[in-house]
Amino acid sequence: MLRAPHKRQAPRFRSERGNASINAGRRTIPKAASATSGLLIRIAVAISIAFFLLPLVGLLLRTPWTELGIELASPPVRSALWLSLVCSLAATAISLLFGVPLAWALARWTFPGKALVRALTTLPMILPPVVGGVALLLAFGRRGFAGRLLEQAFGITLPFTTAGAILAETFVAMPFLVITVEAGLRSMDRRFEDAASTLGANRWLTFRRVTLPLIGPSLWAGGALCWARAIGEFGATITFAGNLQGRTQTIPLAVYLALETRLESAITLSVVLLAISLTILIVLRDRFLPNL
Amino acid sequence: MRKSRASLLAALCAVVLVVGAGCGTDDSSVRERSSPSDKAVAGSATVFAAASLTESFTELKAMFETAHPGATITLNLGPSSGLAAQILEQGGADAFASADQSNMKKVTDTGVIEGEPLVFIKNRLQIIVAAGNPEDIKGLSDLVNPSLKVVLAAPQVPVGRYAREALDKAGLTVKPVSESVDVKGVVGPVTLGEADAGIVYASDVKAAGDKAAGVDIPEEQNIVAEYPIGVIKDSPNREVALKFVDLVLSDRGREVLTGNGFKSP
Repeated sequence: MLRAPHKRQAPRFRSERGNASINAGRRTIPKAASATSGLLIRIAVAISIAFFLLPLVGLLLRTPWTELGIELASPPVRSALWLSLVCSLAATAISLLFGVPLAWALARWTFPGKALVRALTTLPMILPPVVGGVALLLAFGRRGFAGRLLEQAFGITLPFTTAGAILAETFVAMPFLVITVEAGLRSMDRRFEDAASTLGANRWLTFRRVTLPLIGPSLWAGGALCWARAIGEFGATITFAGNLQGRTQTIPLAVYLALETRLESAITLSVVLLAISLTILIVLRDRFLPNL
Repeated sequence: MRKSRASLLAALCAVVLVVGAGCGTDDSSVRERSSPSDKAVAGSATVFAAASLTESFTELKAMFETAHPGATITLNLGPSSGLAAQILEQGGADAFASADQSNMKKVTDTGVIEGEPLVFIKNRLQIIVAAGNPEDIKGLSDLVNPSLKVVLAAPQVPVGRYAREALDKAGLTVKPVSESVDVKGVVGPVTLGEADAGIVYASDVKAAGDKAAGVDIPEEQNIVAEYPIGVIKDSPNREVALKFVDLVLSDRGREVLTGNGFKSP
C-alpha cells in the first residue's frame, strides 16, 4: 500500500469532468442541484483541510518561540529528548536486525501458516498500543511466563526499565518495517539475483551486492516509518515500562505529564515531535515515496 | 439541502471549537436562572471527577439515573490536575470534583465555578501491596528498601504530591521505579504483581478488592485529602449538574463514598 506503483500523477480536483459515466449521470440532475452539490463538496473539502490544519495552527500559535531554547534546555525536556532518541534508534536497529529476515521469509518462502504469521506481524499496527502494553506485561512482566524465565535465567526484568521502553517501541514499530521491506522484496526484479548467481555469486554475496541495493529505498522508507512510529510511541510504553524521568519517560510521556502542570514544556516537546514527523515525511516523499 | 449545509457549517464550528478552544460560548443571557426543585430533572451533564472517585461516582451516576429517568450523567475521570487544565483550556464540564483544594482553586480563581465549592468527602493515604502482603511491608519506612519496586504517582498529580508529603513527614526518601500519571496507574502494576508497593488513597485500596491489600499509615505521617465539588457557572446543563451535586452531598451520597473507603468530612 505504501508503494502503490504507477500513480505518479496526483488526482486533480477537476479531473472528474472528463469522466464519461459521471457526465452521463449529471444530465439527469437539475442544474441548480448539481451546483449545490458542487458547493457542498467544496465545503466538505474545506472542512477536511481545516480539520487537519487547525490543530497545527493551534500548536504553533501557542508555542513559546522566544523561550524555546530555555524550555529545550530544562532537565526534564532534555532527558526526554535524549531518551526518546536512544530508545527509538535502538528499536529501529532491533527491527532492522530481526525485521529484514522476517520480511524475507514472508516475501520469498512458502510455508504453512504464512498468512497467519503475516497477520500476527501486522497486528501491532492496528492493535491499540495500550492493549499491546498489557499483553507485553502479561508475557514479559515479572509474573508473565516469558518474564519469569528471563528473570530466572539471566536476572533480567523488563518492566520499568529503559530496555522495557525499547521493547515496547519495537513491538509497535517493527511491523512498519517488515511490511515495507516485504513489499520492496516482492516488487524487485528477481532476474538480477538470478543473473548474479549464474555468474557465480553465492547467496550471501547476491543478497549483499544485488538484493540490498535494489530494496534500498524500501529499507530506508521502512526504517524511517519504523523510527517515526517508535519515537511517537505512548500507550505500550507507559503501560509496560511506566514513567520515570531519565529512564522510561520518552517525549510523548513527558508531553502528557507536562500538559497537567507545565503547558509550555508540553507545547515545546510537541513542536519537536511535529518537526521530526514533518522532516521524515518530507524526506520520504522526496526520495522514496512520491505518492505519499 | 439548506439544512445539510447548515449542519456542515455546524460541524465546522464544532471542529473550530474543539481545536481552537479560543472562543467561549456564553448563552447565559438566553437561559433563565431556575431554582432547583425536587422533581425529576431531564437532560445530560458532564461531571469531571478525580480518578480516585471512579467507583463511587460510577455508583452515584447509576443511582442518579435511576432516580431521574430522563437524565444522563457522563463521567470524565482522570487526575485532578489534568481535569482542571482541561476545564480551563477547553471547558466541557458541568461539574468538577477535585481530589485536592489546589486544583479546585485553579478553576475557581478564573471564576468558572458557581459560588463556593463544597468539601464533600475526605480521603487518607494507604500503602497498597499485593494481596497477602508477600513482602511483609509494615509501614512507610519499609518502602526505602532498594530491592522493592515502588510506584508513586507523579508529583504533579495530587496523590503523588500527598505521597511525597507523607514521606517527608516520616523523613524518608523513596526512589520509585515509575511515576504514574494518575492514581489508578499505581494500583494497576501492584495488582498485576509488577510492582511491590505504592502509595494511594485508602479508597483505591478498597476499590482493588481482593487483588490488593492496604497497609495503614499512622495518623502523624498521614495526610488528609479534601475533595471539593462545584458546578460550572453558566453551564447549559446546570439543573442536572446541581441535582447530581446534591446527591453527592446528601447522606445517601456520603454512604456510597464511605462504603468505598472514603472518610466523612
